[in-house]
This record gives sequence, structure tokens and C-alpha cells, in this order.
Amino acid sequence: MNKGRNRKMKVSELVVQLGLKIFGSKNGLDREINGGYTSDLLSDVMGHATAGQVWITLQTHKNVVAIASLKEIAAVILVKGYEPEADMLAQSNIEEIPVLGTTEEAFEISGKLYKLLNNG
Amino acid sequence: MTTEKMHFEYPVEGGNFSKAGYPSSQVKKTLKQLNVDGNVIKRTVVALYEAEVNIVAHAYKGVIFIDIDTKKIIIKLVDEGPGIPDIKKAMEIGYSTATPEVREMGFGAGMGLSNMNNNSDKLTITSEVGKGTNVEIINYFPS
Repeated sequence: MNKGRNRKMKVSELVVQLGLKIFGSKNGLDREINGGYTSDLLSDVMGHATAGQVWITLQTHKNVVAIASLKEIAAVILVKGYEPEADMLAQSNIEEIPVLGTTEEAFEISGKLYKLLNNG
Repeated sequence: MTTEKMHFEYPVEGGNFSKAGYPSSQVKKTLKQLNVDGNVIKRTVVALYEAEVNIVAHAYKGVIFIDIDTKKIIIKLVDEGPGIPDIKKAMEIGYSTATPEVREMGFGAGMGLSNMNNNSDKLTITSEVGKGTNVEIINYFPS
């Protein structure tokens, strides 16, 4: 769980800075990021994540995008090389919420995102 | 707000997670169009989504009734399902009766009811074991 708030950047910049893979929604890459939230429990995200955060998780199903959309999450990063299920990918494109991927673990990618948003 | 009263109904299928979130997304759009305060929209969407997912995760089927007027939104969720034997216990954070399959998806962590409570101005839950559960959520719009 972390909340970096010092620097704003677009999802597209994050993709470059952290070397992320883009699975879905190129249309959503202009979204602005103001922090991050790392959790695999959907109700935890529902209750505590805030608009504009990047959600880091290993959950790969469609409900992740539904929740991301309701919470106005900027983008989702799937960790450890996980790939979105087909319906998650489809929903990502419909809702224009980018689903991104990294081979790193949640701890590592969360740390990098935190550093990026707080130290520039 | 120009419209006096609005009413919507959404059926919910037990066990079908692929449709979860549709009613919340529609309510969000409607409240935005009505220029309802953003914080109220956020709270309403969280409470409604959690209540809907509870029907999907635990009940056989249900219906969501939405009533919006100029002052408030009333959400009623009526399900046919196993019911809740001990509502007080169910409200405890971390208490859950969800199946392993549901938990694997990241649902069923025992936070849903507390999210509903934290995001409703008024939350009423009544339940009959073996029959079903009724949930009423009321959120008021700031004047």
C-alpha cells in the first residue's frame, strides 16, 4: 500500500519509465497518475483506493477492470508476468483503462512506482 | 436537478461474476448526469457494488431496485438465498463465508459489509435463513 502524491505523470510515461508491457487500452494511456495502491483483495481496493491511482495486483479477471472503472483507477499493473484473461482484456479496451504488465513482483514494482512518483 | 423521480431495476444472477458492476456503473452515470456531489457518487458506487457482489457470491438470484429523487438515492437489494444467520457477526471485518473459488478471485475477504456500512448514510439489513436477504442503502445528496 502506498500513496505517492508529489509528482503527476501520464500512464504512457509510466510505461516507458518502468518498462511495462501494454496488454490493453492504448486509448487510456493519456490518463494521469497521482499514486498507487497494491492489493489483491477487491474489497480492499473498493474501500481504500482513490481516483488516479495505479492498481498493482496479480488478479487477472474482468472484475478488476469493473472495479478500476468504478474507482476511476488510472491503470492496472499485473505482476510476475501474469497476463489478463480474455474478458479482462476486452473490458480494458471498453472502459479505456490500460492493463499493463511486469515480470517483477508486487514489492519491487510498487517500490519503483513509489520512487518515481515521489523523487521524480 | 430537473428530474423529480427516477426508478431503475436490475436483475442479479447468483454465481455470475462476469456481469458484476453493471448496475453500479449505470447508477454512477445517472448520478453524474444529475450533477450529484462527486463524493456521494463515489460512496454510493462502493456500497452498491459490494451489495451486488454479495448477491452474486452468496445468493441464487436477486433484484436491485434504485429510486432517485432530488434529495437522495434509495437502493434496495432483495435476494433469494441462504440468508445471514448472524448479521452482527457478518458485519465484522474479516468474517466471511465465501467459497474458496470466490476468495481466489480476491472477493470474500470479509470487508464488503464494512465497506457498505462506511459508504452509506443509512444501511439496513434484514435476513431470513433459508429464504434470503434484504439490504437497503440510503445516501442523501448535500443541498
